[in-house]
Amino acid sequence: MIDYTEKIPNNVDLGRDRVLQRALEHWQPAYLSWWYDMGPNESHNFEVYLRTATSVEPDGWAQFDYVRMPEYRWGIFLQPRDEKRQVNFGMHKGQPAWQDVPGEYRSILRRIVVTQGDTEPASVEQQKMLGLSCPSLYDLRNIFQVNVEEGRHLWAMVYLLHRYFGRDGREEAESLLARRSGDTDNPRILGAFNEPTPDWLAFYMFTFFTDRDGKFQLCALAESGFDPLARTCRFMLTEEAHHMFVGESGVSRIIQRTCEVMKQNKVDAPSDVRSLGVIDLQTIQRYLNFHYSVTLDLYGSDVSSNAANYYTSGLKGRFRETKLEDDHTLQEAVYPVSEVVGNKINTKQVSALTALNERLRDDYIEEIQAGVNRWQRVIDEAGIPFRLTLPHKGFHREIGNFTGHFISPDGQILTEEQWKAHEFEWLPSPKDYAYVQSLMSGRVAELGKFANWIAPPVKGINGKPLDFQYVRFN
Amino acid sequence: MDVAATQEAQSTAAPIDFRTDPSRYKHWRLSFEGPVATLTMDVAEEGGIRPGYKLKLNSYDLGVDIELHDALQRIRFEHPEIRSVVFASAKNRIFCSGANIYMLGLSSHAWKVNFCKFTNETRNGIEDASAHSGLKFLAALNGTTAGGGYELALACDEIILIDDRSSAVSLPELPLLGVLPGTGGLTRVTDKRKVRRDHADIFCTNPDGVRGQRAKDWRLVDEIVKPQQFAEHIKQRARQFAEQSDRPTDAKGVTLTPLERTADESGIHYKFVDVQYNREARTATITVRAPEAVTDNTLEKVLAAGANWWPLQMARELDDAILTLRTSELDLGLWIFKTTGNRDAVIAIDDFLLAHEDNWFVREVLGMLRRTFARIDVTSRSLFAIIEPNSCFAGSLLELALAADRVYMRDAQEGEPATVALSKINFGALPMTNHLSRLEARFYQSVDRINSLRQQIGKQLSAKEALDAGLVTSAPDDLDWEDELRQAIESRAAQSPDALTGLEANLRFGGTETMETRVFGRLSAWQNWIFIRPNAVGPNGALKVYGTGAPVKFNWERV
Repeated sequence: MIDYTEKIPNNVDLGRDRVLQRALEHWQPAYLSWWYDMGPNESHNFEVYLRTATSVEPDGWAQFDYVRMPEYRWGIFLQPRDEKRQVNFGMHKGQPAWQDVPGEYRSILRRIVVTQGDTEPASVEQQKMLGLSCPSLYDLRNIFQVNVEEGRHLWAMVYLLHRYFGRDGREEAESLLARRSGDTDNPRILGAFNEPTPDWLAFYMFTFFTDRDGKFQLCALAESGFDPLARTCRFMLTEEAHHMFVGESGVSRIIQRTCEVMKQNKVDAPSDVRSLGVIDLQTIQRYLNFHYSVTLDLYGSDVSSNAANYYTSGLKGRFRETKLEDDHTLQEAVYPVSEVVGNKINTKQVSALTALNERLRDDYIEEIQAGVNRWQRVIDEAGIPFRLTLPHKGFHREIGNFTGHFISPDGQILTEEQWKAHEFEWLPSPKDYAYVQSLMSGRVAELGKFANWIAPPVKGINGKPLDFQYVRFN
Repeated sequence: MDVAATQEAQSTAAPIDFRTDPSRYKHWRLSFEGPVATLTMDVAEEGGIRPGYKLKLNSYDLGVDIELHDALQRIRFEHPEIRSVVFASAKNRIFCSGANIYMLGLSSHAWKVNFCKFTNETRNGIEDASAHSGLKFLAALNGTTAGGGYELALACDEIILIDDRSSAVSLPELPLLGVLPGTGGLTRVTDKRKVRRDHADIFCTNPDGVRGQRAKDWRLVDEIVKPQQFAEHIKQRARQFAEQSDRPTDAKGVTLTPLERTADESGIHYKFVDVQYNREARTATITVRAPEAVTDNTLEKVLAAGANWWPLQMARELDDAILTLRTSELDLGLWIFKTTGNRDAVIAIDDFLLAHEDNWFVREVLGMLRRTFARIDVTSRSLFAIIEPNSCFAGSLLELALAADRVYMRDAQEGEPATVALSKINFGALPMTNHLSRLEARFYQSVDRINSLRQQIGKQLSAKEALDAGLVTSAPDDLDWEDELRQAIESRAAQSPDALTGLEANLRFGGTETMETRVFGRLSAWQNWIFIRPNAVGPNGALKVYGTGAPVKFNWERV
């Protein structure tokens, strides 16, 4: 029997919710067993200086202390309810927001929640081995923080399944623990979540690019007319911000370190840069190209009737829906999407409703571009004439209108042979991965020490110094 | 009049009441002579149940058929001495010219379909009485017998056509109206009359039909008789049929007293049946109540109770509720069956029914139950059954759950558990129109499944046991119950009503076909399609321009 209020901090009245208690009695042990099995490798005895959310109050969502991760208090938090909230878009616009699942949308909502929920444990699985090669205790602590919070996000989605979807929901919640990232027979639902995260550069890229897709999906779901989903996602967004910080600052610190070494040693050629034990900017560009393009696919087809249905039904809105000034039904509106016609990439106007995936992707690209610009400033400040660029939207895509076409990063339509001839100028090669991994052969665990290939951060966690004992190995 | 305006007119018109009695008939005369009853059709031209058309030439509408249905019930229950029934006409040289075309032209699609369903059920009822009630039916075709008139004859055991060199039987729907016969005509011409298919092809495409010797040669009628001998021949045949009957000669009939009900905003309320509307959710909850105890436990008491005997009164009330909901509450697309009362009492009554099946009245009551439940199977509404701790889904009332598209049973953890119980009656006494018990249909006639269920007769089965036995769809526990049910109902009510009707009809009648299922399934599916196509109901469609003199314009494309 679980002491609910103590073990599972929550603001959903878990202590009195028999439906939820019953579901969690089964699921919580299964979750722990999944964590032991698929959580960070060999970490279960570590005491980690982690942030735990114990309430949604300003002082409650970030409590710092040493925690053994299996004892982490994964909680259930929803942004407090706004009694006046309405469905803000689609055919039900203006109706009071739904506090229960409308029966007619049950399957769609369940699919949305399951798809979102599946990504959370997937990324923990993808990052399972990285703790063994961390560049510092600070970074080790950060990846663990990301991992436990992905775990909490899984809890958030499972809460919705348990609370609102009955037996089906409980079965789906079990399945979320049963699928495995990269397992051919039992894969995670979305492609990008079956790709390996083999090294720390990939991890930072993932948290920058792919977790930001998570942010945009959560933002769209935070607009949902199904109020519990909206409120759950709003609270998740406060945590997602930290993951993206880890990613952006991680890549930025790698760039910074590379630039420092290049400047000090007055080297430029990638092989020279590599001989000094840091990651050349060209390789960073290739990682960027990979993670960016794989993440673009996560938004789905450019023209999608599902996206239109989700919107019209009031289930999934646009990024910052309520801040947008239009009719919020999009009956007449159009939106441009790209398509390949012959050897040209054309833009055509389609119904804005069917182009909602593309629109969210475009919103995402805008934000990504701003982050890439910040990285560029690090390079510029070092006075190194190198430009980091986002590849063309059509580069290396497997979903949507560019599928089956061979587009170069600068937007040229190529033949398959031409494209293949350049593949490893644009995407990380096995040699690139081998090199990056060669830098990360062991764990840097001394207080205040950082691996050679990455710069220290500007400041520590929660006001602690950089040489703080962020992880106790015991 | 366009469809919307028609529907408007129909929704504001007085609600249809299926209750009537011979003193109120406008269109039929019911007379008795010894063991023979004669039902004489004499349709009142001005007596349409809706305004806007005249019922000329013994053509009929729903009102005419409501009386026919009532008359058959009277013969079954009030006249056990009757052994054969003659269908005759009071019109000179016209037997019946079928469903009134102008009425069809004015009607919404839903009205037409519901009308056809009811008339089909009444004709099936004639055959049911022939098979089970010891009543034989004779069609005495004294003149023109067209369309629905011939379909009425097809439902009889014997068709006798006057041989006056002009009277013909015909199915002119296709050549005249661009539609198909809607009351089983095609199916009975083939399956029952076994008319060779090329003859049937000619017959069904010729508006004049077939008369005289050819009608007999092609098996369209059983006998042709000259006008001089016609009346005497009919009399003789009716007497001969009567001699074969096993109906009693000395029994006293049971009067079908007027059915009492109150209808208000909230629903329709009878003694043992209660219908609650939920207009917002577009559902109707139909609660059937079993008696608290069995007091009528001998034939004498049962006969004395008569129309008040629980199974008969309950079935009559349920029948009336079904017909009323079908006709008047088109938007209530999901019917939710609930039951209350004493499970043991229902099983005791079931056992009594089976033990006294050879009594004419008990046999009729069983027939009434059979036909009423069979109406549910062919109803174009989604059907859910909800089984809770105070429910009474036992024996004959379990048929309501077995008829449903889904059955939800509460797996109650605290207090009195919900249970269901099988009785012998579930194993063949109340077949569907495919001639299978609902259990046989449910389990695709698996002998093993049926035999293992037979072992459970009389046992109170818990939700888990009922789920394991395949009797219920889902057994949510207390915690899941309300939300699970709400979502199931909401999601059902949100689906396309047309597609659901098609889906349900497909799934309810898996496997075996009979003539009746073919009438409802194959014919009505085609008929529905044809009835809404422009070639029938478009501005130049055949049904639309009939009688106006305007030319029919078809779209020649074959689909």
